[in-house]
Parts: sequence; structure tokens; C-alpha cells
Amino acid sequence: MSDNNNNNNNNNDNNKTTLRLNYPYTKEAVKNLKAGDMVLISGKLFTGRDAVHKHLHDTQISPVNLFNQIIYHCGPVVLQNPQTKKYEVKAAGPTTSIREEPYQWEIMRDHGIVGVIGKGGMGPKTLDGLIKYGCVYFHAIGGAAQVLAEKIVSVDNVYLMELGSPEAMWELSVVDFPVVVTMDSHGYSLHEIIKRKCDQHLKQLLDHN
Amino acid sequence: MNEINVINLNSIGLKENIFNSLLELLRRTSTELTKDVTDILYKAYDDEVEGSEAKYAMKIIKDNLELAKSKSAPICQDTGTVLIYVNHPVGFPQREFMNIAKEVVIRATELGYLRQNSVNSINQKNAGNNIGLGHPSFHFEEHEHVNENEKNKIEIRIMLKGGGCENVGMQHSLPNITIKANRDLDGVKRAIIDVVAQAQGKGCSPGVLGVCIGGDRSSGQLESKHQLLRKLDDHNEDPILDKLEKEVVAIANKLEIGPMGFGGKTTLLSCKIGHLNRLPASFFVTVAYMCWVHRRQGIELDKDLKIKSWLY
Ligand code: SF4
Repeated sequence: MSDNNNNNNNNNDNNKTTLRLNYPYTKEAVKNLKAGDMVLISGKLFTGRDAVHKHLHDTQISPVNLFNQIIYHCGPVVLQNPQTKKYEVKAAGPTTSIREEPYQWEIMRDHGIVGVIGKGGMGPKTLDGLIKYGCVYFHAIGGAAQVLAEKIVSVDNVYLMELGSPEAMWELSVVDFPVVVTMDSHGYSLHEIIKRKCDQHLKQLLDHN
Repeated sequence: MNEINVINLNSIGLKENIFNSLLELLRRTSTELTKDVTDILYKAYDDEVEGSEAKYAMKIIKDNLELAKSKSAPICQDTGTVLIYVNHPVGFPQREFMNIAKEVVIRATELGYLRQNSVNSINQKNAGNNIGLGHPSFHFEEHEHVNENEKNKIEIRIMLKGGGCENVGMQHSLPNITIKANRDLDGVKRAIIDVVAQAQGKGCSPGVLGVCIGGDRSSGQLESKHQLLRKLDDHNEDPILDKLEKEVVAIANKLEIGPMGFGGKTTLLSCKIGHLNRLPASFFVTVAYMCWVHRRQGIELDKDLKIKSWLY
């Protein structure tokens, strides 16, 4: 990854268009995505938070084939309609991703996923995994539980229910699920770029007055 | 003249009334933000540049507010720590009130206004109903009434404080060489800005800060949260702190951290600063970070303990 390339990916460019990522996802499609891209995802997502990550990492076995799939760091509020027995997602915002930092690299390696959605960004080990295994980190909008739940058009399956509902692995279909790529498969991290800019501003604002 | 008006919350009608008042307060706190907050969020949306990541994020934030309100559903699925602040007259039965408030929290959880969000720290079991040691968190204050009209006034405020933003709050002890913060107002400013810079977007920015200068470690924490109860468009009575509040917001918004840390113009919506006396040996600056989902609402009760008016 490059340390001094601040203006890759047109981060200062306004009026960028929103891109689309449609199912089935491929490594090639994901390779074209750059940090700073605004993307609407349509297709499948598999939820996974702490317990799922620990399971996938420790056992290296997934209850469903995750090859070319996306994992969403989310503990959704899901209710089952007592009549139809159908599951409905009531709230589905992202949870803090950094808690999965110990596991994410190995999960990319062992399960062949193409992307992760979460919030807050991830660390250097994950960034390295993104480059090695051709993945991207998508940032969803923290707190936007209702908008994001509306983008989920169906709950298709649930795995590892023994972990409890919020921790289980829910297979969801989404349409136009809004995210921003903040870490790409080329080693660029919007979080690092923003942090560096912030540090420069800090120096100027606090030390020259 | 000094006669104490003892309220019996267990009398049938009153109990039902206060239960319903609290439930409605909790519902509104979880599903709607108050006007002082939405005004400033909408302005932040307007300020961001068309086509930027920040505008994209603020648009979703705006849509989410409208959707949550119309569906009467939680704005964010992390419904946070439930903090209940009661300002009450002499003779107010705190323990009875706590029992009723806990029943309200259980009901609000069943109705989905609150997520099952309270976990035992030793065995990691989720209580399932949001009741456990220290939760909900109660804060009582007997008011000093100035006139006869105010004598029996009861005000209740609720704050829902999410975990992501709570995690990025900090308590600095001055002096701090790393951030060049001495024991003066410039040092205080540096300490506050350092919290914003370290948080980046992780507290679900744009955020609101509650700050306490001084106190001991625990009173500083309480006061910093208490500052978050202030209206965002108010002015600090202390001109020095008023100036500092504005300065902090201005500096923070030049850091280009932006909504969600995507870059952009609005990093901080507001900053509220209070102070407490300190020991000569300590100088704490405590910062409570609240995410854009700045959930707090309040009511004044009438003599039947029904909602008389909304405080925000
Ligand atoms: S920090 Fe606030 S907006 Fe973000 S997930 Fe937590 S409660 Fe929701």
C-alpha cells in the first residue's frame, strides 16, 4: 500500500456518481471498487457478528458456502410473524467492525468472501487480507436502522440459530443497500486518508495561534 | 407553609397515569429526535457538497429520521443505556418511582421501543428485559422551588445513550504532554479536540459533546452526560464557556472528519461545557460523545401525573 498517495480515488472530487454492485458478486467486480466509492448493493448478504466470526474462524467450517459472498456486521432485530411464520427484519444497522479484526483475515482466506459491510473501519491485518484475497470493506451508515431494514426485501434462511437471534447468520436479500467503500483491495483506506488530513489540520489549527 | 406534599404513586389512578406518561416519553425518545437536534442535522445535510460521500450519508440519516418517526420504530437498533433524570419536589417517593419506571422499561422492550440491551458483566447473559444492576440508570434531584407555583413541579427526562459513541468518550487528566494540554482553558480545548480527533467517525459522527471541566473522576462523568440534556440552541450562561463551546465546534468542523468519518464539513453538531470544582491535585476534562442519534426528551407532569408539557 502507498503511504503518500493522498489523492487516489478522487477523494476530493465532488459529484461522483453512485455505483452498483449486483449479484452474483465476483472478484473482478470487487477489484474495480475504490476507497471513496458510493455503492448500492443488490443481492445477498449474510449477517455475522462476534459469535459467527469466532465460529467461522475457529472451525473453518461454514454452514453455507460463502464463496464470493458478502458478510454484514449486523445483529438485526428479526421478528417472526406468528401466522405466516415468515421472518421480518425490524432494524438492521451495522455494528462496530473492529471487534472482528482478530478473525477477518482468516475468514477471507478460508471462506473466499468478496466483501464485508460494517461501520468504523478495520485494522491493518484486515487491510492486508483485502489485498491478498481480493476483498473490499464497505461502510454502512451507523444508526440508520430503519432505512437499511427497508432495503432488505426478504429473509431467505437462517444458520447458527443456536447462537441466539442477533448473533445468528441470517441470509438476506437486499436491493439498493447503500454503502461507501472505505477500504479497497488495492490497499487504500479512506480512514487512513481522513485521519492523515485531520492530523495536518490539527497541527495548523492548534499550533499556530 | 412547610407542609410536605407526599405523593402516593401506588394509588390506582396515579400509578396508571405515570406509567402511561413514562411509556410515551420512552417511545418518543427512541423514535423521534427533538427539534433542536433535527434542525441542526438538516442544516448539516444542506451544508454538505452535492455528490459527496458526506451528502450521501446525511441523506440516509435524514431519510432514517423520517422513516423512524412515521413507523414509530427505533431510530437506531442500539437503543442504548436508558438514563432517567427526575427533578422532583420534597417528599417524592423515589423508590416507588423506580419500581414503576422499571415496569415501563420492560413494557417498552416488549413493544420494541427498546432492544434487549442489558447484559450481565460476569456471566454475559442478556437480561432480555433491560433490567439489571445499574440499569436503567436513575438520577434524582430534589429541586429548590423559587415560588409557590413551582413547589410541586415534577420533570422527567430520558436519555438513550448508544454504545458505539459511549466507547469513544474519554477523560483526560491535565497536564498532558502528548497533546500539549496544560491546566488552562487552552489545555481544556486541546483535550476536547483530541477526543474528536481520536473518535474520527467511530462514534457515528456528526456528534454532540457533553463536557465537564474539573470534578473528581465520577462526578466529571456524570456532569459531562448531564450537559447533553441542554438544548442544542441554548447559550452557556458563562461567557467564557460560551465562547469555548463555539470555538470547539468551529475547530472540530475544520478537521474534515465528516459524517461517519467519510470526510466532509460537519463533524460536530454541538458542544456543551459545564464545570465543577476540583482538588488542587487533579484537573480532569471529561468528554461524553453522543452520536447523531442524540436521543433525549423530557416531560413535565400535571397533578394527576399525566403529561402536562414536553420539555424539548
Ligand atoms: S453510536 Fe449511536 S448511531 Fe451509532 S450505532 Fe450506536 S446508538 Fe446507533
